[in-house]
Amino acid sequence: MSFTVHLFAGARELARAEMVTIDLPAGATVADVRTALARAKPILTRLLGRSAIALNHDFADDDHILAPGDELAVIPPVSGG
Amino acid sequence: MVRLTHDPIDPGALLETVRSPHCGAVALFLGTVRDLTGEQVTVFLDYEAYPPMAEKKMAEIEVEARRRWEVGEVGLVHRLGRLSVGEVSVAVAVSAPHRAAAFDACRYAIDALKELVPIWKRENAPDGSGTWVHQSAKPGDR
Repeated sequence: MSFTVHLFAGARELARAEMVTIDLPAGATVADVRTALARAKPILTRLLGRSAIALNHDFADDDHILAPGDELAVIPPVSGG
Repeated sequence: MVRLTHDPIDPGALLETVRSPHCGAVALFLGTVRDLTGEQVTVFLDYEAYPPMAEKKMAEIEVEARRRWEVGEVGLVHRLGRLSVGEVSVAVAVSAPHRAAAFDACRYAIDALKELVPIWKRENAPDGSGTWVHQSAKPGDR
């Protein structure tokens, strides 16, 4: 399955991309998204460790299993306000 | 009511949207762009959001505020884009029959926004350098 992962703020600047496409096998989890992202964009590794992964606009646990069409995003520590 | 906007926030207009004959109290919080963070001078900020998720999380904050306190209307607005020192970046207005609920719900809403809503700021210094602020804990961890 192919997934598009949206990047924002510092993650977007580090990766020099607004999104990254990753391929994962059926049954893959949010933890696998982290691994695939770090492989595709090693420069994100450190920030990923401090970031949440959003799945369909909610914070997702690492053991959550992905479904086709899921919308994914890296959410670094937020600083709104 | 929750909203993201690229236009300047009008606090007076926001206050009018939450006022109600049933509410004897209105609390307003404004976040404004500060010129100093420690010793670092900021000349402007850039705010970026993940809009669909930010609006969803802001709406959830309104729902939670209504669940916890007896409030009339809640207005939660965050500005995006480039802001100069002194401009309003975020506004929270809450009306309630009595002042305690208005203060408490307003405080809760801004605290939850700063913890949970996917919005980020980039501090831009006089020398042209800029840094995205990613200092808080991993979002969503409780």
